Amino acid sequence: MALLDVVDLVVEFPTRRGVLRALDGVSLAIEPGEVLGVVGESGAGKSLTGAAIIGLLEPPGRVAGGQILLNGERIDTKTQEQMRPLRGKQIGAIFQDPLTTLNPLYSIGRQLVETMQTHMKLSDRDARARAIKWLEEVGIPAAAQRIDAYPHQFSGGMRQRVVIALALCAEPKLVIADEPTTALDVSIQAQIITLLKRITREHGTSVMLITHDMGVIAETADRVAVMYAGRVAEIGPVAEVVKHPAHPYTEGLMGSIPSLTHRVDRLRQIDGSMPRLTAIPTGCAFNPRCDKVFDRCRRHRPGLVPSGKTQAACWLYATEAANG
Amino acid sequence: MLGRFLDSDVFYSFRRNPLAVGSAIILVCVLIGSVFSPWLAPTNPFDLASLNVMDSFNPPAFMPDGARANLLGTDEQGRDVLSSIMYGTRVSLFVGVLAVAFAITLGVTVGLVAGYLGGFVESMLMRITDVQLSFPSILIALLVDGIARAVLPRELHNSLELYVLIFAIGISGWPQFARTVRGSTMVERNKEYVMAARVIGIGSARIMFSHILPNVLGPVLVIATLSLGQAILAEATLSFLGVGLPPTEPSLGTLIRIGQNFLLSGEWWVTIFPGIALALMVLAINLLGDWLRDALNPRLR
Amino acid sequence: MAEDIVLLADQVSRYFDVSRPWLQRTLAREPKQVLRAVDGVSFRVARGSTLSLVGESGCGKSTVARLAVGLYTPSGGEIRFEGEAISAARAQPDLRRRMNMIFQDPYASLNPRWRVRDIVAEPIRAFKLLSSTADINARVGALLTQVGLAAADGEKFPHEFSGGQRQRISIARALSSEPEFLVCDEPTSALDVSVQAQILNLMKDLQQRLGLTYLFISHNLSVVRHMSDRLGVMYLGRIVEIGPAAEIFANPRHPYTKLLLDAIPDLDMVGRSRTPVGGEVPSPINPPPGCPFHPRCPLANARCKTEKPQVLHLGTVEIACHAAEEGRTTA
Repeated sequence: MALLDVVDLVVEFPTRRGVLRALDGVSLAIEPGEVLGVVGESGAGKSLTGAAIIGLLEPPGRVAGGQILLNGERIDTKTQEQMRPLRGKQIGAIFQDPLTTLNPLYSIGRQLVETMQTHMKLSDRDARARAIKWLEEVGIPAAAQRIDAYPHQFSGGMRQRVVIALALCAEPKLVIADEPTTALDVSIQAQIITLLKRITREHGTSVMLITHDMGVIAETADRVAVMYAGRVAEIGPVAEVVKHPAHPYTEGLMGSIPSLTHRVDRLRQIDGSMPRLTAIPTGCAFNPRCDKVFDRCRRHRPGLVPSGKTQAACWLYATEAANG
Repeated sequence: MLGRFLDSDVFYSFRRNPLAVGSAIILVCVLIGSVFSPWLAPTNPFDLASLNVMDSFNPPAFMPDGARANLLGTDEQGRDVLSSIMYGTRVSLFVGVLAVAFAITLGVTVGLVAGYLGGFVESMLMRITDVQLSFPSILIALLVDGIARAVLPRELHNSLELYVLIFAIGISGWPQFARTVRGSTMVERNKEYVMAARVIGIGSARIMFSHILPNVLGPVLVIATLSLGQAILAEATLSFLGVGLPPTEPSLGTLIRIGQNFLLSGEWWVTIFPGIALALMVLAINLLGDWLRDALNPRLR
Repeated sequence: MAEDIVLLADQVSRYFDVSRPWLQRTLAREPKQVLRAVDGVSFRVARGSTLSLVGESGCGKSTVARLAVGLYTPSGGEIRFEGEAISAARAQPDLRRRMNMIFQDPYASLNPRWRVRDIVAEPIRAFKLLSSTADINARVGALLTQVGLAAADGEKFPHEFSGGQRQRISIARALSSEPEFLVCDEPTSALDVSVQAQILNLMKDLQQRLGLTYLFISHNLSVVRHMSDRLGVMYLGRIVEIGPAAEIFANPRHPYTKLLLDAIPDLDMVGRSRTPVGGEVPSPINPPPGCPFHPRCPLANARCKTEKPQVLHLGTVEIACHAAEEGRTTA
């Protein structure tokens, strides 16, 4: 059984000009110990998917349909009160800006100790010892001395290490990491990604890694979900999606990334831009930008269908399946 | 243009705020009633020929021995109180609006220059505003008025009193505009659109007034609304203290001052009604200002 | 063959006074604090080519961009544009017209209260390139079409456009003064990858069609590889390695360049893992003595900790590294 199962998730934002559908039938699953990358351009709904799972949708956003199952138990119907014990214990979170997670008024040691004691029965001394162990594990030098330091006394990269320790210290089964390295410089980014990979593997933690950076996904994730306009366009093993993308959007996306190893004269480009939520085209949301578009794409919305080793929401493959 | 406004977020938040709508209705009535008072008022309180001392101290019309013609009663010279209020509000508004306009012009210019140029100019200008902000504004207005009385010949002063008052109230109100505009300017001047203008060699004055100014006007509008209420109150206070407008050109403050002499002798309406008019107008302005502040604050949206 | 140099930087430095205000500083008996954002940087940009400067945040690349268009005056050294000192060049409208800039943030680089038409027309009016309103409008329309927008878009305000479209407007504005030299400060780092591809393609097309010269500032090595003819790698206010881009990517010599190249995640990295180098960028207020990279450098020895490396010519590449000079591959 999958650790996390998201089925046909719909998230809506009521506005005065009508209801905006920000997520429209998102389905994905994460197996125990697996790293699922969620990639997409800004406005695709990738962060919203993460927020809906931890129950932290900004009002007036609300889950308007579908289910979120953690270990087979529905969590989308839980109240904030019922979700609180789950956060930290079952689902950890890492955000782009470490300062949104860390309380500037408390020492990092106190924050770690409090988080652990909320979810586990630990004496003060044991909790502190564990906190030091966690800080060592995430690579904070001289952890025993720095445990009483405050967040502002750390650099950006070191803060993100502390956040990782904080997200993992109650030993959750699943960590949702939303753009964990976007605010960091490349050399620091490499350190943090390597750390995240190592530490979640050692603890058997599943990761939902949300990022706009295909490179980060390529080296970190086992599987990847490509999102477009609030829908999953393609989902499958990362090597397949990167090397043999099925959905025309994924294909264009991969081609538009400049490569370090080989230089091309012109990058492949997808013309136009992602539609605003107020103007999602009927049928396939990608159809106005797609170079393989045909009549059916404009009228009916495709569901995820198998194509090779991945699944793509594209009529190109549905026809094949129907014919073959 | 109108269609775009009716469809805008600001108008939407306005429509959903009953306090703001109520205030706006009151203000529109006050504006129409005062600006067009020569045509709308039942009588002209300055027309000495039409006054009759026999009509003095008529109680309001709803009182047992009130006269129909004088809805809010009459004063000691037989002037219709409602008409006096309408004419007085016009003077109060005139002083308030011009004083705020003067404060905006001065304050916004100082704030833009200080915020954009920075360095020594900024330190100088901001220390001046700090010093002025450490005095109560009513004291500054009294001081300016006192100087004007001492310097100008009496005749000239009387005819210029209205403008002295506008200057005195305006000068006491500019520092808060300067401070706000300086703060916003310091944010704007580091934005890339200002860099883009500097790269092609656009001069500082043009950058300040045509690039930065339109982008710092939001908070200015909010403060302007709130200080209009303050300016009207300041004028009323000065007039009440007797250093403002003379009884020949009465504002709401003057009416209240004159009327309070009769408060204890039972003719309460001569002072209470102008007082209510003043309070209602300032309250409406302030409520509208509060709404505007929230509506223009992106963080609260 | 004599190179046709558009922009030349010779030992350029730019320091910023970041001390606390005088009174507080005096009371606390602190010394003045100087941030050496750019510290002795030399490069040249040949006509019709692209020189990229790459580095992590705080390395001084954006300061170089602003020095290059004269928004900052150098604290030391000299910048020459078309053979003239930058301040003299900027004093002449005809030379100033020939340089312009494209910015990073498409949401901050366009005045939100101006119509697109006026934004694009501002340089035309400033340099009096055209006088009649009809001519200006026609030119603005042509510029908007050139960057892939519609002439009618001039009537709209910036907030009606997406990030990529705004960056096109920004490019149209930069082109409206008919420049030959453009400084591009992270022009695509705020954009999504598919939009980034559109903008990079557009910039390359324009370069070919109009013979533009670019000084391209970026932190993204893959983008830089796609765009540049020559490449300079910056670290803590200095250029540590500069030369033909192809040469540096094929054969990076400076340990910092190697670190950067190893740290970039790439699509070909599936399943592979990087070996990250530890440490962080030190503060430019208190840079380490000697070679600024020595605390993180795997090849550092005693000499690196005390002696500042001088620029060394190795074939077509210039490099500032003791290890490269001595041919060391281990400390």
